[in-house]
Amino acid sequence: MIEVKNLVKKYGDFEAVRDVSFTVEKGKIYGFLGPNGAGKSTTMNIITGCLAATSGQVTINGYDIYEDPIEAKACIGYLPELPPLYTDMTPEEYLEFVGRAKGLKGEKLYRAVDLVIDKTALQDVKNRLIKNLSKGYKQRVGIAQAILGDPEVIILDEPTVGLDPLQIIEIRELIKELGKEHTVILSSHILAEISAVCDHVIIISHGKIVASETLENLTTLYEGKSYIDMEVRGDGETAEKLALSVPGVAEAEWEPLEAGVHMRLTMDGRKDVREDIFFRFAERRMPIVAMNYEEVTLEKVFLELTGDTKNASGSGDTLLSTEEIFGISTAAETADPAAEETAAEKTEAVPAGDTTEHDNGTDGEYKPLFGGK
Amino acid sequence: MSAIYRRELRSYFCGMTGVIFIAFLLLMTGIYMTVYNLNGGYPNFEYALSGVIFIFLIAVPVLTMRSLAEEKHARTDQLLYALPVSLTEVVMAKYLAMVTVYAVPIGVMCFYPLILSLYGTVTLGSAYGSILAFFLLGCALIAICMFVSSLTESQVIAAVISVAVLLLTYLMSGIAGLIPSTAGASLAGFLVITVLIGLIVNVMTKNTPVAIGVTVLLALAVTVLYFVNSTMFEGLLPDLLTGLALFDRFQSFINGIFDVTAIVYYITVIALFVYLTVQSLEKKRWS
Repeated sequence: MIEVKNLVKKYGDFEAVRDVSFTVEKGKIYGFLGPNGAGKSTTMNIITGCLAATSGQVTINGYDIYEDPIEAKACIGYLPELPPLYTDMTPEEYLEFVGRAKGLKGEKLYRAVDLVIDKTALQDVKNRLIKNLSKGYKQRVGIAQAILGDPEVIILDEPTVGLDPLQIIEIRELIKELGKEHTVILSSHILAEISAVCDHVIIISHGKIVASETLENLTTLYEGKSYIDMEVRGDGETAEKLALSVPGVAEAEWEPLEAGVHMRLTMDGRKDVREDIFFRFAERRMPIVAMNYEEVTLEKVFLELTGDTKNASGSGDTLLSTEEIFGISTAAETADPAAEETAAEKTEAVPAGDTTEHDNGTDGEYKPLFGGK
Repeated sequence: MSAIYRRELRSYFCGMTGVIFIAFLLLMTGIYMTVYNLNGGYPNFEYALSGVIFIFLIAVPVLTMRSLAEEKHARTDQLLYALPVSLTEVVMAKYLAMVTVYAVPIGVMCFYPLILSLYGTVTLGSAYGSILAFFLLGCALIAICMFVSSLTESQVIAAVISVAVLLLTYLMSGIAGLIPSTAGASLAGFLVITVLIGLIVNVMTKNTPVAIGVTVLLALAVTVLYFVNSTMFEGLLPDLLTGLALFDRFQSFINGIFDVTAIVYYITVIALFVYLTVQSLEKKRWS
């Protein structure tokens, strides 16, 4: 459907997109996830032909976006970051214009326009000037424009920005519905949004793809892991044996400290075995001076992959396997009650205010929406 | 293409721009016609046209300033890039829409010689020839100003630069007259132009060695040419500058000459600047 090969985009010396490659299959919803400035919009702009890549190739349905731009663009409906609206028109006129430019005519055009007005619930405002519409309605006109004429691929850059919670749910439903017949690519810096609608997640950071997995893969693995970080007075070998003797502890690593050892235990499941560990060590009179329980959440995976860690800034691998992603040790943090929620629960619990956030600051300062830090 | 053309045309008439442009042009030609033809009693409508020609300096930038600058400003250019339409079609549609707006007052003007002919003998040939040349001159200026508009995101900057460029072409023959026509003066002028080209190359490529190389090469070429054949340089710069004086070409039509070279000249200017506009938009994608 869409094939992106070795895409590179440089702005002067700055590399916005570095060697990005992926394929998009028909009839799936793909989520582009990454912090602000990760290169999501740039990649999307290149795919849709709005921007030329420094090097690399994009083919849509077999048409190269540079060689046969007209044929390739005819397969795409695109909603850029800022909806490209002519504010001196009404939504109806605007959609008719876009429809005509997409090559629709006569009865077919009016039917297509009516259909998208219906789908995006614009009936009430279709005769008002776009400049007088609220941001949410403008966003919806933008979405209507993208899905007009039933393009095979629909690319939406942050489609729910500026919408109220009810509209967000509506638009997500709409995207899910579109995903049944179309290929949809949407970008977001909001994890919950991606996990709510997407089949496949592509995590992008610093212009590189750091993970490309189906959502099931990500969530299955995410459910089964947790860690304990602790400091123990005593020697490492004994501590390791002791820890491993506790049921539920799969692995134990240790490193010596000035006094005692620092240990990192990997759990089998999500069972909290802190009490067992405490008593086991107490029996041997090895005092535990600090202990942190920590779960790997999708959120943490995301933070880890997109943060300024050694993995995210690119050790050479463009694509990490799921195993690697989940093998990455997360920074020591205190146990977080919010992390107990399942992914599904989290999806429902998105605060509306957060989804309207435009700028979360730089990559390093990314603020998770729920729990996390 | 027709969709964009229709939208452009619609926006000119839904907003004030188109209407004001037409009204202004008609008002000014009306005043000049009243003064020259009705009060003065001249049967030649072309005199009124020759008097009114300076209003292009204001009217054309008003018409063209928002054409591409506003698209970029409102980010609607992304839609145009993403639609299955080529950039040439986009630019052509926009250009034709502006020409259509401009054609309205020209269409009205076509009645003036007929009105005058009711009261005496009017050489309709030279009147309509002048109107055609007036139309083409306007079209050429619109093409130039559209190109200027494609260079910037701000309508105001587009308008100011457009006025400056039009003023320069308007005064060009006067400026050319100021330059001494000796070969040495031409050489000096060309060396200055060479340095300017070098500066532009430096700004556009951000590659100083290349810019210096280009400048030195051009300067060398000009100097060598000068020493090989210095007679060629006599009056060359003023001649070249006169070549850029778009407005002056119109004069021969007023004198009753249907100057085909001027027609070809205007059409060339139109083609060149439409092409440059397409390239300017294309470059935007590659930046």
